[in-house]
Amino acid sequence: MEVITWLEWAFDAVLSVGLLWLAWRALASPDLFKAIVLFVSFGLLMALAWVRLDAPDIALAEAAIGAGLTGALLLAALARLRAIAFKDTSVPPPQFSKPQFLHWLLIFFLLWLGAGLGYAIWVLPPYSTGLSVAVAAHLDASGVSNPVTAVLLNFRAYDTMLEMIVLLMALLGIWSLGGFPPHTDMPTGSVLDTFSRLLVPVFILVAAYLLWIGADAPGGAFQAGSVLGAAGVLLLLSGWRPRVSLTQWPLKLALAAGSSAFVIMGLLTILYEGQLLAYPAAQAGMLILFLESLATISIGATLAALFLGRSSDHEENQ
Amino acid sequence: MSNAFLYALVGVGLFSLGFYALIRHVHLLRKILAINVMGSGVFLVLVALAKRTGSALPDPVPHAMVITGIVVAVSATALALILMLKLFAETGQAALSDRRKE
Repeated sequence: MEVITWLEWAFDAVLSVGLLWLAWRALASPDLFKAIVLFVSFGLLMALAWVRLDAPDIALAEAAIGAGLTGALLLAALARLRAIAFKDTSVPPPQFSKPQFLHWLLIFFLLWLGAGLGYAIWVLPPYSTGLSVAVAAHLDASGVSNPVTAVLLNFRAYDTMLEMIVLLMALLGIWSLGGFPPHTDMPTGSVLDTFSRLLVPVFILVAAYLLWIGADAPGGAFQAGSVLGAAGVLLLLSGWRPRVSLTQWPLKLALAAGSSAFVIMGLLTILYEGQLLAYPAAQAGMLILFLESLATISIGATLAALFLGRSSDHEENQ
Repeated sequence: MSNAFLYALVGVGLFSLGFYALIRHVHLLRKILAINVMGSGVFLVLVALAKRTGSALPDPVPHAMVITGIVVAVSATALALILMLKLFAETGQAALSDRRKE
């Protein structure tokens, strides 16, 4: 027992140092490509930290979105940057043109900030139940047995509703500015082609499993949606393009399904229960599963559609 | 004594590191990376402090907030990246200049 506790502390210490070191290297590396790769590995270490903090739901979301999709977006943006600036491919190193005095003032200020925040955390009481007691007391009426899903889809479902709208708004903004279309002229190797063909059905199966298991165990709409989105991004990066007829109303329907379902459900619950997204206890489980399924499709479609970009718009206009 | 405080302090460290890089770096892609590191620090503090329940089950409310936060962070990052690309295509530099152009 003693050895295991000691080992756990050693692991936490190594992980903490690793997180801080990787973050520092990712932010200070002179090469932008290296910085992004280091940032992706930082995200994967963050997923480990979530597991250590008993937050497997967040670990799943972080590994898929925080490390995977953000990394893909950053690399796509870097590729576009270098494609625009094809003349000088060397990215200039960060310039420190500010006076040295201001630099030391900044370090001084940030040291105080860090120390102040650290002290504020250190003096917090070591035990605090927060809202966990309230959640546990009402868990039976929520329709699911995973407390995180209960909070996301029932107790604070309006958070999720607004988040679906934020996701849709972000996609609209990105599409109107061109999107991140991957290079179409680059031939993909047969390894990537076969690999993605084999992997995408597995991704879809995993997404369905995560969606279903989310009611009782770590998983849920966000994790399932991000796995689905990753499958779409993989397909798009390996050269697959949806037919033009698919990018018309079927895609738009998939993008809007989650937010519209939340809004309609919100209106219905206001009408019948008198409160936004307060489900009748008997049907709560079914309603949550319904909302989650549509949200999964929308999240997956939105995340993959980030990489569709202007290429599909051109085809639409023609 | 749990490891919650250790990770919360790491979160504060990440926030400060990200803040430093956000102010120091000129390149906008690095600023976006820095904001993401700052966000990770905030998430880490939230979830670490949720572990102080004294039982095996941590507080699920901050967990749900952080999952929402991760998805919002990736949306904001994507929007920031596309704005950076637009700026680069227009002005030829991926940085905000202090001086007003004549």
